[in-house]
Amino acid sequence: MSDVSLMVNGKRVSGTAEDRTLLVHFLRENLGLTGTHVGCDTSQCGACVVHVDGKAVKSCSMLAVQASGSNIVTIEGLANGADLHPVQAAFKEHHGLQCGFCTPGMIMTATDMIARHPEGLDEATVRAELEGNICRCTGYHNIVKAILAASKTMAKGAKGKAKQAA
Amino acid sequence: MYSVNYHRATSVADAAKLVKSGDAKLLSGGMTLIPAMKTRLAAPSDLVDLSRIKELQGVKVSGKTVNIGAATTHYDVASDEKLMKVCPALAHMASLIGDPAVRYKGTIGGSVANNDPAADYPAALLALGATIVTNKREISAAKFFTGLFETALKDGEIITAVSFAAPAKAAYEKFRNPASRYAIVGVFVAKGKDGVSVAVTGAGDDGVFRSKEIEAALAKNFSAAALDGVKVPAKNLMTDLHASAEYRANLVAVMAKRAVAAANA
Repeated sequence: MSDVSLMVNGKRVSGTAEDRTLLVHFLRENLGLTGTHVGCDTSQCGACVVHVDGKAVKSCSMLAVQASGSNIVTIEGLANGADLHPVQAAFKEHHGLQCGFCTPGMIMTATDMIARHPEGLDEATVRAELEGNICRCTGYHNIVKAILAASKTMAKGAKGKAKQAA
Repeated sequence: MYSVNYHRATSVADAAKLVKSGDAKLLSGGMTLIPAMKTRLAAPSDLVDLSRIKELQGVKVSGKTVNIGAATTHYDVASDEKLMKVCPALAHMASLIGDPAVRYKGTIGGSVANNDPAADYPAALLALGATIVTNKREISAAKFFTGLFETALKDGEIITAVSFAAPAKAAYEKFRNPASRYAIVGVFVAKGKDGVSVAVTGAGDDGVFRSKEIEAALAKNFSAAALDGVKVPAKNLMTDLHASAEYRANLVAVMAKRAVAAANA
């Protein structure tokens, strides 16, 4: 057993876990953050993607104790109160989901992708960047549409903020 | 996953001590080891985490000499601006490994130590004539990769860095399995001061290898056209449900052609 201490969605949390406990299970079972999903158990599907120290990684392929000391953001940490994050809003608007199982991972991957491409995204880039996230229902079409739309909204938002600052 | 004891090493010396306990394994990005432990294909008693050791991180370029710390992630290699200037082929290769989440965690040292027969780095390092630096010695890539998942590393030996001289021209092309995205055939071509070397991953029965036939043709004329009609023997190539040895042999020539065209572009 080890002590695991994390910053999760802006709150300091700690607990003990067996060293073999995966980060995803620690989030779901110890912290009750069940928005992060376990899809495949083979590290391929990306339903478990969370941000660890600002990077979108698969929480099923990392031990909780490995992450100890890190800053974690899960799907529960994206919205600002009742206001959805722009990527969440775009998935809703463009119907980027059917059953919704892969959606938390898709959204966490998308926010990271958009942050890494401040110059904007095109369809081919979005599809290539989604290589580690599997969706069985949608055929990806509306997911790609939602991410492209969110990328545009967020670029406008960033410009607006820059204007305000100036 | 079976029970395991986790240790976070603070330095290479600390890791060298910790790895002596029980049936310990070194953990870097964990993108192969953790999934293997989940399926109980690997069951180490202890894990020694190298990923937070500062001295193992980062890309250094001085003139044409490149040194990459063993715990440098694929993402950091792919996005390193100094590396993109002197050896863009390696940065590009790193950007093709796995998926974005895997590239944030997986490391060059981990990939090299694991020596998966379909991994990308072994082909690059063999073609670049790289040196694998450990806490004990320096090993040439030619002597390092010894077979399927086999390397020259001794028990408890820790890779600290990889270094090489940037070649004049280089490129990597891979033909991916459409489902797993691993290389069915990946070819890294490098033209340096010691001539042309061509290393192949994903295809060899015994892991990564250099293709003498392709190298001989390119030594005379480093152009895609020089590979017209060059036959790669299917002997010692892998046959599995994805591709026969003969198909892989043909793909080696095709990928080599594409790589040479990209290197000359």
